[in-house]
Order: sequence, then structure tokens, then C-alpha cells
Amino acid sequence: MDVSISINGEAVSRDVEPRQLLVHFIRETPGLTGTHWGCDTSNCGACVVQMDGEPVKSCTILAVMCEGHEIRTVESLEVDGQLDPIQMGFHETHALQCGFCTPGMLMTTRALLDENPNPTDDEIRTAISGAICRCTGYKNIVSAVRWAAEYEAAQSGAAATQEV
Amino acid sequence: MATVENLPSTTTERPIGFGRLKRKEDARFIRGQGTYLDDIRLPGMVHGAILRSPYAHARIVSIDTSRALAHPNVAAVVTAKDLETLGLAWMPTISYDTQAVLAGDKVRFQGQEVAFVIATDAYSANDALQLIDVEYEPLPAIVNARKALDPDAPLIRDDKAGQRDNLASPTWEAGDEAATDRVFAEADTIVTRDIIYPRCHPAPLETCGIIADFNPETGQLDIYNGNQAPHAHRTVYAHVAGLAEHMIRIRCSDIGGGFGNKVPVYPGYVCAIAGSIVAGVPVKWVENRTENLLSTGFARDYIMRSEICAKDGKITGLRVDVIADHGAFDSTAQPTKFPAGFFHIVCGSYDLQAAHVKVKAVYTNKAPGGVAYRCSFRVTEAVYLVERMVDALAHELEVDPIELRMRSFIAPEQFPYETTTGWTYDSGNYAETMRVAMGIAGYEDLRREQGEKRERGELMGIGVSFFTEGVGAGPRKHMDILGLAMNDGADLRVHPSGKAVVSISAQTQGQGHETTFAQIVAEELGIPPEDVEVRHGDTDKSPYGLGTYGSRSTPVSGAAVAVVSRKVRDKARLIAATMLETRPEDLAWEKGRWYVKGDPEKGALIEEIAERAYSGDAMPTGMEGGLDAQVIYDPPNLTYPYGAYIAVVDIDPDTGHVTVRRFIAVDDCGVRINPMIVDGQIHGGLAEGIGIALMELMSFDEEGNCLNSSFMDYLIPTALECPDFELGETVTPCPHHPLGAKGVGESPNVGSPPAIVNAVIDALYETHGVEHLDMPCTPARVWAAMQGRPEPPQ
Repeated sequence: MDVSISINGEAVSRDVEPRQLLVHFIRETPGLTGTHWGCDTSNCGACVVQMDGEPVKSCTILAVMCEGHEIRTVESLEVDGQLDPIQMGFHETHALQCGFCTPGMLMTTRALLDENPNPTDDEIRTAISGAICRCTGYKNIVSAVRWAAEYEAAQSGAAATQEV
Repeated sequence: MATVENLPSTTTERPIGFGRLKRKEDARFIRGQGTYLDDIRLPGMVHGAILRSPYAHARIVSIDTSRALAHPNVAAVVTAKDLETLGLAWMPTISYDTQAVLAGDKVRFQGQEVAFVIATDAYSANDALQLIDVEYEPLPAIVNARKALDPDAPLIRDDKAGQRDNLASPTWEAGDEAATDRVFAEADTIVTRDIIYPRCHPAPLETCGIIADFNPETGQLDIYNGNQAPHAHRTVYAHVAGLAEHMIRIRCSDIGGGFGNKVPVYPGYVCAIAGSIVAGVPVKWVENRTENLLSTGFARDYIMRSEICAKDGKITGLRVDVIADHGAFDSTAQPTKFPAGFFHIVCGSYDLQAAHVKVKAVYTNKAPGGVAYRCSFRVTEAVYLVERMVDALAHELEVDPIELRMRSFIAPEQFPYETTTGWTYDSGNYAETMRVAMGIAGYEDLRREQGEKRERGELMGIGVSFFTEGVGAGPRKHMDILGLAMNDGADLRVHPSGKAVVSISAQTQGQGHETTFAQIVAEELGIPPEDVEVRHGDTDKSPYGLGTYGSRSTPVSGAAVAVVSRKVRDKARLIAATMLETRPEDLAWEKGRWYVKGDPEKGALIEEIAERAYSGDAMPTGMEGGLDAQVIYDPPNLTYPYGAYIAVVDIDPDTGHVTVRRFIAVDDCGVRINPMIVDGQIHGGLAEGIGIALMELMSFDEEGNCLNSSFMDYLIPTALECPDFELGETVTPCPHHPLGAKGVGESPNVGSPPAIVNAVIDALYETHGVEHLDMPCTPARVWAAMQGRPEPPQ
């Protein structure tokens, strides 16, 4: 059946099988391979994308369910060569090793910061508890989110000062 | 505008050499631009899927593929019969056993490969699996390794001529049995325990997969496959498929974690290669998570009985008798001469008078393995055993577990130290590292807190482990795998502009080789690490070597890179002497330049020497142009990193739930090239250790059905199970490694499970009389132990 999904602001249309998973649609149709899959059972979080701003596991959603919805993937984070602060935080604090969970972690924690710009460590750990990282032991991921939160606070503080 | 390249740098003006350099590889990963196996698409590529056995042990009566072949999108269905005509029905394992690529006669474990479907897309390939009709005649399954050698046990490996029982490898021994008997006869205290290191799984987040692309016109086989030892794989494929090795090229690109799981060659790889040879198009096969857990390399599964003894309050001897469960095909990872890997490092960090170790391995109707899950060939099982035994002995002696360890440690002046089972430890100051850990933990305060909580009925445990590992395999005079020396190559080319490319045989799966190895060249040549490109993961573009596992990258490949850099530096010295019109022996080195002794202003930078080496100007007499070198590094010994770990746990007395509240890890891995990457490795290994100690288990019912074949049942720690790890360090350089480094990747996985289990038992010993509890310490198992009914894992 025909489906048209907005992925990173661009409409992507295709005739798909009703059973096709969103993760496969994203990887195959626009060829955005930054979104990974790791488990088939919604446990690992490697496939997390944002659907209308909410983090969702794209292995648990059918492509046809996304008609008319706005999907954002890791490829949308950098805009005009400007990295998102959460990407910067992961690099600054060594919050990734093999990189396989990283796109899902980035989309999960970006959504967290959008909702809660100053999360506690416990809130960060709860937010990422639906995602598995086999490399980092999560410690530096927590640090990365703190880094990004503080960076964004400093940026908005500087902007407020400029406005004055 | 912030990019990885122009983020504000915290490094010095000319960042050279060792230190907390942020990683080069992050630039692609934070943008979702990594290239993992499933991200690769080749023109004309088709997709494979594997039909697997639902039975653990059954005779195959018939296989009917006709309905699957009638599927409009199916190109071919391959069975054992087809592979037999190609000579590919069986393949060698890394332990000189054989393994069925596709089962023809019998299936021997649940999930074993039975048929391979090739279709135009992955969905169709999986649909077609349902259309293959296989008739099985079920047979009794052997699940419990202790029963594998019973006289009435069904014979699993009836395919092997002369195999009369389920013995996978005969009893292997280390140490002096008679001397150990004498030490036990003289001891004043002896403790015996039955201890299981249960079956677990590395479960990297990216599963295994391959693309095989055989070109019938040229005979070239291109393989895309994330594996930890691409050169060794190439040699194996040459032997298995009868192809010329120089016509095989393996490219690894990015790998989403390995942890030992991506060391072996799996049947799916051979099927994809056979499929591409037959079909003449690229064939991709990527396993799903269930296939990964069901059929690829598990780890551990050691059933151990041990006795430890003491005299005058000091540990004096150890006896160990092991049954190793290798599953249906022996594909355990270890060097050829060591059927139990490095398990005989079980003497640990202690100055024992004698020890004796016996290991025999059996076949069972379970998936083949075991691989070294973040482990140097059974070091993990050994460390777990000895650290549990030392705690048991401390309970018997009514002495603090740290005090018993302190009394029994090998002393600094005893290094190099010969263990009673044949290892030569390189360097160490164990008591100092233990004291650093006690300081970070606040050990005395913790014991006080524990006493107060106990009075209130709260269950708190403090667990200690002190491990010594043997890593960096290894010297060619002592070890090989499948006849291949465990050496690694490095090839360094400094270009005319002074920028360099170093090619290595180690294979990163996330360890940050592109950064660390650039730092080694930078340190040795005095050029910025950003001017050094590290090439790996392509057998056509890197020197031969045995890859990355067993913490061997820095000990072996890192040494190779240091040595090749020094060779380049030595050549540069001769060129500089010509440039400066002086003798080489009159030159001195400082980072980045050779200068004239006594006239430091007069010198030549590496960049200037490189330019000269490729220019039309004269070279030293008899010397070829260019500035490059190549080495194959043969380590003179293993390296022996060690560490002191302390776990603090709280146990819910009502549910048996264990929370790791604090974890203190003090590692001594010698010189640290990039301390940020070292810390990251330790964090990750500790999380895996928490998983193994508390959650992760591959278990089976009596019929051999795997009960943990998805992440719904095979539980991996999340951020909520992991505490905010507290790290410390001591630095005792390795005396024989050119950089003094020892390797660290597996240490936290090795050292943390005994610390956590010791903590759980520490919480329950006095209050509930729990003397031992096998992993994983799940709430149900802890609860049963608290009721006096500890059960071994099934």
C-alpha cells in the first residue's frame, strides 16, 4: 500500500507491504542507515527515532502507521554543519565506543533535553533505560547529557545577555 | 560553527603523543555515518536466511525444499546435500574440531543450521523458511555436562570416526600434583567448593552478518564481514573453500561490538560464500537477535570443583577439577597447545607453594563455543574461581578477605615471578593497588556502616576481588591458533609532507584504534596524531596478524606500531645526518626532530627529513629512498595487568533483589596511552560484569530448548543497573613491552563478577549462613539461597 512519511522534513513516498517495519523503511527507502536495529523485541533501543518529537522504537512501528507523521532520525541533528549540542556532548565526554547504539541514544537524549533542559543524573538514567549500550557502562552517556544541558544553558544565557 | 574538527581544543598547541585525546572515529558515529555490515548494499545483491533446528538432538529423515523453491522471490535453497558436492558440508573450528555448515545427518543443538534460502529480499527469504518441510526423528538430548560421560548417554558426535563417547578433549593438566598433595597434607585449613561459571553470551549490539561477492570471471571473492580477526578468517576461507588466498579480500568497516562473539567463522558465512559462488551475485546474510543468542559463540560454561588450603593464615595451595561444556562442536577459542585456554592462571595473584589443575571437555546438545567473551582464553573463569575460593577461605579462617589477600600476595621484589602452573608474571605491586582501592572505597567506614545496618536488619555486602590476567597472546614459541603464530604486523609510511599512514592487523570493534594507534606513532615520531591515519579492517590494505581479542591489541599491535615507528625514526636519523653533514651518532632525538648534540639549534624535523627522503637530493650511501618501514611483532611474553575491585551491594530482604550501589575499580594496566579510552573500556567491562553476576544466563530445559533466546529473556544491564563507577589507577610498566603497556579491555569483565558475588555472599553469610551462590544472582536465586536452598543454574 502507498505510504507517505515525512522524514527529516522531506516527504518520502513508496508502495510498501503493510508489514514493513518503520526501521526498515527508513534504512531502505531514503537509505538513511544511521538508524540501526539490534534485537527485534523492542529491548535494545538502537532503532530509536523521534515521531512528532517523541522518542519511539522504529522496530515496533509499521511504516504504514506513520502516514502523516513527522519522523526525525540521527541524520537530522546536524544542521548546516552545526552539530547539535548532544552530539558534541557525546564526543566531548567519550560517550560512545563502537557507535552502534549511539544514534538511538542521541535521539532519546535529545528528546529528554527538549522536555527537561536540566535533568538530574537519575532522570537521565531513567530516560535511557530503554536502550542498551554494551560498550560504555552508561557513565559517560550520563556525562554527555549533562554536558549538553550545561552547554545549552550557557548558550541561552549568553543569548539572553545579548538581547539585554 | 561547531564540528568535531573545530570544537575548542583542550590539548596543547602541538598535541603530540599520549593523553586524553578525544576520538577521531567519533566524527562519523555521532552523525549516524558509521558503515556497519547491514548498511552495505551491492548492486544485484540477494539475501539469505537460515532454517534452524527446533530440536536439540534429532535425526533428519528428509528435507523437502520444493515449496520454498516455488516462492516467486526465491532464487535457491541450499541444503547439506548441495554443500557436499562443493566439499563445504563441514568446516574446521578454531579448535581443530569439525562443525556442520548445514546439518545433513543429525541436528545436534537447538538452532543448528539446516537450510539456507536465497531470495531477492530479506522478508521473502524469511517467508520461504516456513515453506521448507523437514522431518525429524527426535533423540534424547544431553544438556547437563555432568551426565555427558554417563555410559548410557547418547552419542552426540557419531559423525567422527572413532568417537565412542561425548568426550570433546581428554583431561588436560597443569601444575605438580604430588607437590600439591604434600602442601595440602601440611595445611591447617582446607576449604572445598563446587563453583559454576554459567553459560553466558557476549551479545554485541550488532549481530553477525556477511556479504559474499564472488566474481566468476576473475575468481575474486570479496567478503564484507565484521569480524575480529580478518586475516585469520581469510586463511580459513582459503582452506575451507579451496580458493586461492590472494584472491580473497575481507573488509570489516565498522563493527558494532564484538566481545569475542565475532572471532569464529560461522556456518552462515560459509553458506553465503557458497551461495555467491553458485549464484554469481553478492549474497548478504544478517542474523537476527535470536539467531545470535541461539547459535553463535557462547562463553564460559565451566563446572568447577576446587579445594584451597592455608597454613599459618596464608594461602598455600589450590586444586581444581573442571568439566568444560563445549556444546555440540568444539569451537572454543584458545591457542592450540592450551585446550583449557589460560585457565591455569588460576593461581591468581598469590604466592602459592603448589597448585594442580585438571580440565576435561565434553560435548552436549547445546550451541558450540565457548568463545573468549572479553576474556583472554578462560582467564575469566580462573579469576572467578580463585577469588571465590579465597573469600571462602577467609570465612573459614574468620579473617577479613582483604587481610588474607594482603598476607598471600606475590611481593613486588618477587617479579618476574614464576607461578606453580608455568606462567612468568612480568611486574606488579599488588598491595599498593589494593590499598588505593581501599582508600577510594573508604573500606573501614564501609565495614562500620555494614555493621550498623546489620543491626537494623538491612542487608549490605562488601565484596573484593584482586585479579591478575595474562593477555597479549602471544609468543610464537609458546602459542598459535590453527598453526598461525599470534603475531601482528604494522606498516608505517611517512609521506613527503610528513603526514603518515600506519596499517595494522588489529581490528577495532569500538576500542578506538584509529585514535590510540595514531597517538603511538605521534609519541614515537613527534608528529601530531591528526597527521597519522590508521588503516585497518581490509586484508588487502593491512599486514598479516591475528586481530583483536584477549586484550591483545595494545600488547601486540601497539608494540608493533611502536617498533615500526622506531625503525622509521632510525632511518630518519641516518637521513638527518646526511642533511646536517654530520655522523648519525652525533645526533640526539627529541620529539619530532633529530638535532646535533652540543648544537641543539641545528637539527631536522621529521617533516623535513620526509621531504628529503622523497626528493631528488642524495640519500645516505646504500639507502633506498622514502621514509617507511614494516614489522611483524612477536611478543617475548604475555603481559600481566592486574587490579583491585571492590563492590558494595544492598539486598532487599523481602525480594532478594541485589543493587550494586558502588563499584570501585583500580586497574594497573601499565602505561596508559589514552587514559580516556582506558577508562571507557573499564566502564563497559564493569557493566558486562554486573550483567554476568546478576542477570545474564543462557539456560536450557531438559530437552535442550534454549530459554534465553531474545533480549526479553537474556537480560543485559541498562543504565539503571549500573552505578556511577569509581575508578583509580596505579602504573607499573610492563618491562618487556616497548611502551610499558599491558592491555586493559577485558580486565573489568574478568575482575567484576567475583567482586559482586563476594559482596552478595558477604551480605548473607553471617545473617543467613550462605556460603556459596552461583551466578547469576537474580532475585529468585538469591531468595532461594536465603531460605537455605541455593540451586546451581541449569
